[in-house]
Amino acid sequence: MARKLLLEHINVPGINTLDVYRQKGGYRAVEKALKTLTPDEVVEEVKKSGLRGRGGAGFPTGMKWSFLAKPEGVARYLVCNADESEPGTFKDRYLMTYIPHALIEGMIVSSFALGANTSYIYVRGEMMPQIRILERAIAEAKNAGFLGKNILGSGYDLELYVQPGGGAYICGEETALLESLEGKRGNPRIKPPFPAIAGLYGCPTVVNNVESIAAVVPIINDGGDEYAKIGIGRSTGTKLISASGNLVRPGVYEIELGLPVEEFIYSDEWCGGIANGKRLKATVAGGSSVPILPANLTLKLANGEPRLMSYESLSEGGFATGSMMGSGGFIAFDEDQCIVRNTWNFSRFYHHESCGQCSPCREGTGWMEKVLHRLEYGHGKMSDIDLLVDVSKKIEGNTICPLGDAAAWPVASAIRHFRDEFEWHVNEPVKSLSTNYGLANYADPIAKAVTIEN
Amino acid sequence: MSDTVKVTIDGITVEVAPGTSILNAARQIGGDIVPPAMCYYSKLEGSGGKCRTCIVKVSKGSEKDPRPMPKLVASCRTAVMDGMEVMNITSPEVIEARSGVVEMLLINHPLDCPVCDQAGECDLQNLGYEHGLQKTRYEFERRTFERIDIGDKIQLHMNRCILCYRCVFTADQITNKRVHGILNRGDHSEISTYIQTAVDNDFSGNVIDVCPVGALTDKTFRFKNRVWFTKPIDAHRDCPTCSGKVTLWYKGEDVLRVTARKDIYGEVEEFICNTCRFDKKKTADWVIEHPTHISDTSVISSNHYETLKPLPVIQDNPKLRQANQVELEKTTKF
Repeated sequence: MARKLLLEHINVPGINTLDVYRQKGGYRAVEKALKTLTPDEVVEEVKKSGLRGRGGAGFPTGMKWSFLAKPEGVARYLVCNADESEPGTFKDRYLMTYIPHALIEGMIVSSFALGANTSYIYVRGEMMPQIRILERAIAEAKNAGFLGKNILGSGYDLELYVQPGGGAYICGEETALLESLEGKRGNPRIKPPFPAIAGLYGCPTVVNNVESIAAVVPIINDGGDEYAKIGIGRSTGTKLISASGNLVRPGVYEIELGLPVEEFIYSDEWCGGIANGKRLKATVAGGSSVPILPANLTLKLANGEPRLMSYESLSEGGFATGSMMGSGGFIAFDEDQCIVRNTWNFSRFYHHESCGQCSPCREGTGWMEKVLHRLEYGHGKMSDIDLLVDVSKKIEGNTICPLGDAAAWPVASAIRHFRDEFEWHVNEPVKSLSTNYGLANYADPIAKAVTIEN
Repeated sequence: MSDTVKVTIDGITVEVAPGTSILNAARQIGGDIVPPAMCYYSKLEGSGGKCRTCIVKVSKGSEKDPRPMPKLVASCRTAVMDGMEVMNITSPEVIEARSGVVEMLLINHPLDCPVCDQAGECDLQNLGYEHGLQKTRYEFERRTFERIDIGDKIQLHMNRCILCYRCVFTADQITNKRVHGILNRGDHSEISTYIQTAVDNDFSGNVIDVCPVGALTDKTFRFKNRVWFTKPIDAHRDCPTCSGKVTLWYKGEDVLRVTARKDIYGEVEEFICNTCRFDKKKTADWVIEHPTHISDTSVISSNHYETLKPLPVIQDNPKLRQANQVELEKTTKF
């Protein structure tokens, strides 16, 4: 059985209440941090742990914290990004629903480390039940003296607020989130300045994902070095994976980073294989924004070694043969799924969610969506495929925030790996409406590059 | 730290004050290497960064950190560093990305220049002429909106809008209470007021001048004439609310339109009030200064009489006089 840090007590009845959470060792980290450690020591522990941001970018959390500007007399803020809206990712919602105190405990320790006296949890608007759960949990924590003035007699004050968002995907981008939190239209800001210098209300701000903040609790309890022992290489610790799609047992899993992808999909401990005895065709390894991979490249690297669930291994091979860890939204497609339809579906999402601020993303996402719609419904032309590649290239890297990249990557990678399926949709417009392309050669072993010696 | 920093744009070095944007540094050099800007407006705080037409490649970050920047950057919102090297028209990557942006700007644009009042002084037209394709690759219906009257003098035609946000910034900056903004999201977002008659401010007319396309037009000038048939004259009057420095656009004896004076980048020099813009349309209201200087490359100059007298070189040379007989007769006739 693999080691669990975040979800260890997830099945204990009543773990969402303060009493049960306390019995299971909850709020030890708060006591340890506030009573025995200085803020800098907490930051140091997180740095030592090698924890990387769990929201998608994978930036080292400790490093991010140490970049926070600390001018005299200016408030600092910690904002928790709970605007989880990536298709295929639902780990934060799960964590907040069943074990809200883990997030609150993490928020207290992290705020203490950063010297923030007011912190916010920005929750996506659709998650109304989670907002109520968090507010109830905050009230409990406040009654028990873990929040408010002079926490545990340490002289440290913290107010924690839950802010419901309007339900926009773009508000998961940290600067758009801050704009929204300030009560404005959720448009991403132009960087620099980065939030670490001028964030919420112009003050230095750190924005962290729910899971990153919750992971601070075991880091403080066991020490950063202990946490760094879990995982592989620079991918330390455990990671929540939201597994969905055609799996026998989809759901949220906590894995130790470095688990082979094959084991994650097929082992009975985890997803238990592909449902209904079908075969795996493709996976999206880290939420809808990351490049899609065919089955053969999912399980093995281009050089034939097994691919692991870690930041490095998933992105091995760059965009040619690799993908990304992203936010851990693992979507599996079986042989009966249509990649063209799926790409169109993702594209429709990005078209809908683009904020409309900068031109390439505003216009390009809509354009791609329309072309993909045409391909999916049998009106496509062969030139559309190259047109899509070209449009995605024009968007990628030319936008204010990463939404443009996130919209371009799935399309570009789908065409890169599944071009013959797109071509089949053009050649067989009628057939493609009733049947689909099937598995084809997407699970075949990867051909080894052969070096010819002269 | 010294008072100025050195930046090299397309091989031309210039010394500028620290904190200057790449775009403004390029403007100090001038000429072809100035990136085009559709949304940046030097008089409007916070504008820029949105249209992405001004993207450039930073091939050397600075003297201290010579690494190139990983992505193309928006030159209007990126500050120069000492020793920075920037590539604009010398980088094929930039040219390609820019033509991509222009294509994106045009896919939902109605391209109704023949009936658009902005034609002839439209930034998007110029940009499309320079970087656009001959043919569109977009084969879908363009987004459409109903025309909206913002007050009785301004009309908003959202179909043409490229969402540069300039008018929103204008309203934010020169009025106390902003009453219009962006509704919706993505390519269905639109500039709107919700309450259509609500823009009621002495300076609201300036949104017409800042609009780079024909989305916001002057209803007192709509369909009166093509701009290249009108003759711009700088004039001023003693105005209690604004500086009173304007450009009058004449057709024959009549003032068809009053706008603020614009510099070579199409930005107004000083904002003018609605009284000057909409109500003072008689020559008697104004003190005439001189013909406005119009760039040679503008279509407006094709009908311009800045050099009313034939060039000296022509007058001196009998051969040239002979060749320009018709033109010379015209000048004496007027």
